[in-house]
Amino acid sequence: MLTVSLVLVFVIAVIVGTSIPLGRHIARVFEGRSTLLDPVLVPLERGVLRLAGVDAGRQHDWRAYARALLLSNLVMWLAGWAIVTLQHHLPLNPDGIGNMEPTLAFNTISSFATNTNLQHYAGETALSYFSQIFVVTFLQFVTAGTGIAASVALMRAVAGARSAVGNFYVDLARATVRILLPLALALATVLLWQGSPATLDGAATVVTLEGHTQIIARGPVAAMVAIKQLGTNGGGFFGANSTHPFENPTPLTTLLEIWAILAIPMAMVWTFGVLVKRRRLAVMVFAVMLALFVPLLALGLAAEAGRSPEPAGMSVGPVDAAMEGKEVRVGTALTALWSVSTTATSNGSVAGMHDSLTPLGGLAAMAGMWLNTIFGGVGVGFINMFVFIVVAVFVAGMMIGRTPELLGRKVEAREMKLASLALLWHPLAILVGTAAACYVWSATTGSGSALGWLRNPGPHGFSEMLYEFTSAAANNGSGFEGLGDNTPFWNISTALVMLGSRYVPIIVPLALAGSLSAKPAAPETAGTLAIDSATFGVTLWAVVVILGLLMFMPVAVLGPVAEHLAGG
Amino acid sequence: MRNELLIGVRFTAATMLVLGGLYHAVFWALGAVAFPFEAEGSLVRRPDGTLVGSLLLAQPFHADEYFHPRPSAVRHDAAASGGSQLAWSNPQLRAEVTARAIALRAREGPGWRAVPSDLVTASGSGLDPHISPEAARLQVPRVSGARGVEPSRVGRLVEAHIEPPFLGIFGGPRVNVLELNLALDQAFGPPRQDTAFGLRAGVRSSQPGA
Repeated sequence: MLTVSLVLVFVIAVIVGTSIPLGRHIARVFEGRSTLLDPVLVPLERGVLRLAGVDAGRQHDWRAYARALLLSNLVMWLAGWAIVTLQHHLPLNPDGIGNMEPTLAFNTISSFATNTNLQHYAGETALSYFSQIFVVTFLQFVTAGTGIAASVALMRAVAGARSAVGNFYVDLARATVRILLPLALALATVLLWQGSPATLDGAATVVTLEGHTQIIARGPVAAMVAIKQLGTNGGGFFGANSTHPFENPTPLTTLLEIWAILAIPMAMVWTFGVLVKRRRLAVMVFAVMLALFVPLLALGLAAEAGRSPEPAGMSVGPVDAAMEGKEVRVGTALTALWSVSTTATSNGSVAGMHDSLTPLGGLAAMAGMWLNTIFGGVGVGFINMFVFIVVAVFVAGMMIGRTPELLGRKVEAREMKLASLALLWHPLAILVGTAAACYVWSATTGSGSALGWLRNPGPHGFSEMLYEFTSAAANNGSGFEGLGDNTPFWNISTALVMLGSRYVPIIVPLALAGSLSAKPAAPETAGTLAIDSATFGVTLWAVVVILGLLMFMPVAVLGPVAEHLAGG
Repeated sequence: MRNELLIGVRFTAATMLVLGGLYHAVFWALGAVAFPFEAEGSLVRRPDGTLVGSLLLAQPFHADEYFHPRPSAVRHDAAASGGSQLAWSNPQLRAEVTARAIALRAREGPGWRAVPSDLVTASGSGLDPHISPEAARLQVPRVSGARGVEPSRVGRLVEAHIEPPFLGIFGGPRVNVLELNLALDQAFGPPRQDTAFGLRAGVRSSQPGA
């Protein structure tokens, strides 16, 4: 256990270390400074903008920026929905997959358009290669880019941009073509080399050594998995996600995919430091995020990897179910690291089945999504942390009896209303959704068993419903996949939660930052609250834990805690 | 507004082409030129050219002459991957694990103590191609007995197929079951069909000639 912990400390140190230069690079791209890959990527970026007819010189205020964001996302949503519901008639469908049913398509496209990647289908049986390439991969790039663009706009507003926060399409093109694309090209090459397929041929039929027929689903996997991991998307090519050997063939790819989950979300904090010219503040924010991440990791690791084998009776010797839902090449320790990383950030890919995690391992995963602010989805996690900073500034200001100020600008009633709206949306979506599901389940004749929703009895069955809404609201996409979720109830309710939970936490903080930046900046004096101090860091950590977790105490007790105490 | 909508449509079309089509075309070409084996799914063939399986995916083995893979919640269906999704607290999981452990003991005979967890639990993908070295060693007496060869010879083959953890620490040591079984057939010849595919193993062969 000690060795395992030391190894993981080393792994995290490496990921943190690489996130620093990556964050600086992202800042360089958005400041318009030259970077190493410019000769290849700048023409591509210009080409995209020219094809789109974007006037790159035009700057927008936060309202116009948000409007372009929503409008572009709407077009992408419609295009994606049209393709999957017509995929049977489109090319690149060697396995003859049929059109997607409309409510499932509504859920699927809302899921990918919001960077959630919750999947109520299995890729190998429900999506053609055309859909995987032109809908899933495409949305995995642009929605991650949208998150990055939105947080860069927010950073510019915080840095003091008075009216103009940037041009959404220029930012989106930069985020996708100049940041995500080169990283995805590199990662996909390694994945392909390690054994992840890249073919447009249909499923292969083999005759096994014992003479059985086995049909092997495959496809353009390597390229998709790379952006799935880098863009905090998480939606797998196959139903089994990164437990599938084609998506994650070796321990090397396991490590690289974990790196890809964390790298950009971590880097965005350093980007903030550069763009706002407040390195110390970035260090403080990063430290707070790490101080939230490490306890969750310790909990997950202790629950999954530190478990002692238990006797099963029947004189067969000690039997240990630790490997249920896990893969030998990944092992328990990396499965735990993956499960906590993928839920703390809003990635949602899995390398072991979360439904089969221990109760406390599942709790660590859910807590990461409840907080939804540790590094966070590409960009968006940072936006959530920004809201927490505003609230912490307010709380600290009240405690010391001063007008709360953030970087010299007064935080007043309007800002606090917006911050409260952004913060309350998340628990509202999760708790109301779970309550509605519980009501439907218990109001159905025969105590809901007729619905066929729940794979597991007792508190864990409750956790399956809770996890689904948590994952939808955190735009995460992982699941307790035992839930029979391809029904109109789950398809429509979670789609609505995903849409609300994507755009409310993007638009409201933009309005908040816009409102702040419109105010005159007061000069900093000795009496100004030093928000880059360790004291404020501790305050911020406490505010995040109290506001972010306390509301979920009751459901945590009803689900994973009850399951654990019952000897699960 | 109409102009903005038009920009949205054109931007969507342009990025769909570049980030969807062009991006995938790069790896389709790279796969065809530089990594044809990996790109196609790591498929291996018999000497006569027919496909026998993917080195990355488990396939079902029931005969005593072969090493067996981990249990699978999807019966090793490589077109419908997935795990059992059974919770740690679910009595059904306990029951299944215990039943597998008893069956394992009956099949492999005495002479070992602990049941390796990986051999009595369903993998996440249902297609885990590996087993732990302990799970492989445990099957040596049965396999060598069924093939009528010295256990030490089969044991040496197992040891030669243990892949160490990456960099010595990541991902645990493992044995690829299909590779090991292919090596078995190469070293000792394929099993006689009446025993391997016949009633004794309880398996119906769909293509006995293969």
